[in-house]
Amino acid sequence: MTRATKIITQDDVKYIASLSRVHLQKEETQHLTKDLEGILHYVHKLERLDVREIDPTSHVLPLKNVYRCDEVRSSLKQAEVMQLAIQQQNGFLKVPKVI
Amino acid sequence: MKLNEATAHEILELIRQEKATPQQAFDAVLDQVQAKDDHIRAYVRLFLNENRWDPATARVPIPIGIKDNICIKGEPTTCCSRILGGFKPPYDATVIEKLKKTGAMLVGSTNMDEFAFGSSTENSCYGPTRNPWDPGRVPGGSSGGSAAAVASDQAIWALGSDTGGSIRQPAAFCGVVGLKPTYGRVSRYGLVAFASSLDQIGPIAKDVQDAAMLLGIIAGYDERDSTSADVLVPDYTKALIKDVKGLKIGIPKEYFVAGIDPDVKEAIMAAIEVLRGKGAIFEDVSLPHTEYAIATYYIVATAEASSNLARYDGVQYGLRRQPPQVRKTPLIDMYEETRDLGFGNEAKRRIMLGTYSLSSGYYDDYYLKGLKVRTLIKQDFDRVFEKFDAIITPTAPTTAFKMGEKIADPLSMYLSDVYTISANLSGIPAISIPCGFSKEHLPIGLQILAKPFGEQMLFRIAYTYEQSTPWHKKRPPL
Repeated sequence: MTRATKIITQDDVKYIASLSRVHLQKEETQHLTKDLEGILHYVHKLERLDVREIDPTSHVLPLKNVYRCDEVRSSLKQAEVMQLAIQQQNGFLKVPKVI
Repeated sequence: MKLNEATAHEILELIRQEKATPQQAFDAVLDQVQAKDDHIRAYVRLFLNENRWDPATARVPIPIGIKDNICIKGEPTTCCSRILGGFKPPYDATVIEKLKKTGAMLVGSTNMDEFAFGSSTENSCYGPTRNPWDPGRVPGGSSGGSAAAVASDQAIWALGSDTGGSIRQPAAFCGVVGLKPTYGRVSRYGLVAFASSLDQIGPIAKDVQDAAMLLGIIAGYDERDSTSADVLVPDYTKALIKDVKGLKIGIPKEYFVAGIDPDVKEAIMAAIEVLRGKGAIFEDVSLPHTEYAIATYYIVATAEASSNLARYDGVQYGLRRQPPQVRKTPLIDMYEETRDLGFGNEAKRRIMLGTYSLSSGYYDDYYLKGLKVRTLIKQDFDRVFEKFDAIITPTAPTTAFKMGEKIADPLSMYLSDVYTISANLSGIPAISIPCGFSKEHLPIGLQILAKPFGEQMLFRIAYTYEQSTPWHKKRPPL
């Protein structure tokens, strides 16, 4: 990626919006392109660091494979949880036509 | 003194002496909310109907405000986002369970930047909160409602959450105490996730003793949060000793560079002199990767956020919207329309940025690189804490900024977190305490950082400083 070219274009933003499942109005696409361009330009300062030999830190605690016993326990009642459902039918969540 | 102006430990003492009742304390807080919150707007809703405490068993009946991203059974919890409109959690967060067990009185949900995305509380679907010290200024963020509630005596305690400074920076801007615990110290079960490897719930309080008491209540291992740490919770109030003699405290030179407000710098230097006078030993230290912290944070935090926020799709709970005409397919249209209307500008920006840095072709250049620089930032602290008991810095480079000043420029807003972000990337605990006022009479915050699970060290230094200075007793002119 070179600095001479734009870091991010409106087409990139439209593509990321579709990956993110966000519909954008035309004006929003323009604004976001400008915002993301500025932020990514700033983030590029990390290029100054050589991190080839450095291990990544995804998590600060030395935890690995936290297990618990596979015991049957009480849980939230289905009816209680389904009260939150936006749309339901016969105890199932209902969504718009899939195919 | 009115009861709502008291600290938690003062109220408990008055109750013990039978000079006050929990109900009187709660009523005093509610009276203040009725009188002042139309102006301050610290709360987004109150729990007036259900005053959930039992006077017979309540050990710590203290009125407390809860940030709107911590689940309370049966009460709306929205993260101040339209996309969670109408959501009422069917369970309590672990911290809420613990508070209810001690008899804490939940006053209401406090305002915040949507999903904790921001440093000013302006990104709330309910509108901004005002800074009690100057209504034209922001209270900081994202826990701005919690800090403003405590500062304006509309709560005795409040809970906030801190992913990049969201407890400490508003505490500094509002002149109160705010603590981000060590990562894993407090259970995140029931905290709506923003960036799971950085988020921590923590106390906002009127003084250090109150913060220590509240941390003691909410801290501890929880098997429902697999990242909570199985480390004994000490009695934090035992750490409240007025003695810093011989403690070695580092002053990182990278935190006192261009961009720091001269009033802030002066107040921090004066605070250092107070502690030096009490016997603390100060030395300059270096945290060489400080300048990369914000760039690293905005890769790591947004990547995690874009993944965490994928669940808000209109399928199960909260908001669902369908566009009038079919654009792609009915189901995908529903996802995209719901997320377009449900998320505010900053949420969209962060989801997009996170999706970008995780996407094919960019992962190595952005996300993986961010994680590697995170290692370097953490190692900077590890090295300093081999020789030092604590580090002292400003909490924020400036005092509270004006409403609207940074909202149009996301990068300038991000830069206001420059001193707080590294503690989250490194997982270490950090506290902000009041340390004076600017020439415009705005509060200034002093940040103290310690090694993982070093909260007692923070309390000890903070308490020694606080008890030698008058700042924690100052109240805003409401």
